[in-house]
Amino acid sequence: MSQTPNPLAIKKPVTYGANATQKLLAFASLVSMLVIFSLSSPNFLQTENIIAIMLSTAVAGVLGIGVTFVIITSGIDLSIGTVMTFCAIMAGVVITYMGLPVWLGVLAALAFGAFVGFLNGTLIAKLKIPPFIATLGMMLVAKGLSLVISGTKPIYFNDTEVYNLISMGSIFDLSAFVPNLAIPNAVLIFFGVALISGFILNKTALGRYTFALGSNEEAVRLSGVNVDRWKIGIYTLAGAIVGVAGILISSRLNSAQPALGQGYELDAIAAAVIGGVSLAGGEGTILGTVIGAFIMSVLINGLRILSVPQEWQITVTGLIVIFAVYADILRRRK
Amino acid sequence: MMQHLTAAQNIFIGREPRMWGGTVLDEKTMNTETKKLFDQIKIDLDPRVRVMDLVVAKQQMIEIVKALSHNSQLLIMDEPTAALNDKEIEELFRIIRQLKATGVAIVYISHRMDEIKKISDRVTVMRDGTYIDTVRAADVELETIINMMVGRKLDEMVRPDAKIASDEILLEVKNLNRGRAIKNVNFQVRKGEILGFAGLMGAGRTEVARAVFGADPFETGEIFVNGKKVSIKQPQDAVSHGIGYLSEDRKRFGLAVGMDVQTNVVLASLSRFCNWAGMIKSKDIGKTGEQFVDSLSIKTPSLSQTVKFLSGGNQQKVIIAKWLVRDSEVLIFDEPTRGIDVGAKFEIYKLLNRLVEDGKTIILISSELPEVVRLCHRVLVMCEGRMTGELSGSEITQENIMRLATTRETIST
Repeated sequence: MSQTPNPLAIKKPVTYGANATQKLLAFASLVSMLVIFSLSSPNFLQTENIIAIMLSTAVAGVLGIGVTFVIITSGIDLSIGTVMTFCAIMAGVVITYMGLPVWLGVLAALAFGAFVGFLNGTLIAKLKIPPFIATLGMMLVAKGLSLVISGTKPIYFNDTEVYNLISMGSIFDLSAFVPNLAIPNAVLIFFGVALISGFILNKTALGRYTFALGSNEEAVRLSGVNVDRWKIGIYTLAGAIVGVAGILISSRLNSAQPALGQGYELDAIAAAVIGGVSLAGGEGTILGTVIGAFIMSVLINGLRILSVPQEWQITVTGLIVIFAVYADILRRRK
Repeated sequence: MMQHLTAAQNIFIGREPRMWGGTVLDEKTMNTETKKLFDQIKIDLDPRVRVMDLVVAKQQMIEIVKALSHNSQLLIMDEPTAALNDKEIEELFRIIRQLKATGVAIVYISHRMDEIKKISDRVTVMRDGTYIDTVRAADVELETIINMMVGRKLDEMVRPDAKIASDEILLEVKNLNRGRAIKNVNFQVRKGEILGFAGLMGAGRTEVARAVFGADPFETGEIFVNGKKVSIKQPQDAVSHGIGYLSEDRKRFGLAVGMDVQTNVVLASLSRFCNWAGMIKSKDIGKTGEQFVDSLSIKTPSLSQTVKFLSGGNQQKVIIAKWLVRDSEVLIFDEPTRGIDVGAKFEIYKLLNRLVEDGKTIILISSELPEVVRLCHRVLVMCEGRMTGELSGSEITQENIMRLATTRETIST
């Protein structure tokens, strides 16, 4: 008998939305930026600086991961920045105002994040309010409530030292071997969130429906799937991830700052888009978003080290976002 | 039509009269010009009324006026009466006659036999994209036109020996109603049969199917599965009662086109392929995918091929596989062979026969009469939202179907 290769043989497990070119392009940009900045300034490739970059990526990166789920369904979440602040405030209320244990505060931040996500999902799935509008409204609601609850003043975590260690401590401290190499917990939590999210997106029914909804929501509905329930689930998950970001930022600052937050949503969306998540839905990876978040913070950090004024740093970031999306369009056209 | 603009704004779109050296639109002139046009064909409308506030019949008149305002010598009207009631049709015919008197030629496309006889001077029949004949309307009987539409005197098509379906009633629909689209539709589906839904475009077949499947709401009506009354409000309800729907628009309603073959195959039953923690068992999905790719001979380079790169026939098979994985008892096929080449069509026919042999029950909506005649045990014919007849056995001929498909409720005289 002649041996013909079975055309149906499953060669490898499929990764969805594995837009390899975009990821490669993003990764190549990141590497070349690292090379250019390293050559331009001796201060760039220092352990302290690399750790500073990772630390500043953590919050926007976690937010980016949350919004990646939503964007893949072809939705959008503009509320993540101020909801992050709202979660931080709630942690402050539980820990500082009520004097309850730190773990309860952490739980409260996660729970309130998930709850706001649930509300977003319900507005969008059940009341059919477009995601842009529903989450724009929620952005303002969260901002307003944060200011009301905190009385427009920051809530400090001065009585609970351990809270600050959530972000700034290091259970992965190698400074005994390499000077200054103590990776902050915030970075480890960021990577942890990325790993778990990647798993959920690729290996669970929730993840599969995330792609399916972005690919063709009507076909999913006509397959007899309870589309509303899954959509609410996806927004709830994104909200819980935003809660993680709320803990990270307030722990890092050792305070919940009620005025902070607005603008973070756009950095997070930009990170996702640079990483190849399609705003049209159906495509995207967690790794891509993580790389996208690093590109943004390496760029800001590098320009700062080269003493480029902050105004210009912002301008360049904007140009990078536009370029990244255009590169994606070019790739699709082929 | 731009629904938010006024009648006059619609008519003059792109060539609005201007004033002040072309910087400002001259609404006043536009409105008086429009009024003049309205008067010309004696219709009583305010040019400043927003189009969205008008009934369809009036909107149509505005479109006619728009065409006239271009000094058109020829108007082509494609099914102009589809959404009109009898009085409105009379008004339209009055305008058409008036236009004719002023020397405008009109091509009037319609499937309504009585209208064609009434309004036209000459009738041209087309079939399957080819010209058949042109006759004088006054000299010809309706029967002759129908024969020309069907083509051959069709006794040639022989149906393969169809096993007689059981008498067991699997699905029953009573008094289904929704506005003008579905008017008091009743039918029964017997286990193991292929039940045809025939009728012309827009007769309401797809609407009935989508209502029964829960994809669209209906006003009144009862659905019984295996003799038990069930409540179907969403597709998920229908699916849980063993009903599957294969839409005529595969890409829009059937497939997640950007995803691969195996994912589409399990799309309706993903929860069965998950463990307690919601984790997907990809090995099982691969196995099931492979099994159905084999048994339905889906031609694909691999299970991880994105379905948008498959041919129409193979995409159709992927959707069939999706419902078979879900163990659906009743499969509603809506134009399953549209946009599929001839070879693949015959494969789909064979597949339909095989499915009923395996005990599945099929509702086949098709506009291709030979297909209906060839495959169906029974045929229900619809016209304008109503059931106009049921045919079975040797009664299933293209002539009979066409006659029932053009039986209108009231023939206006």
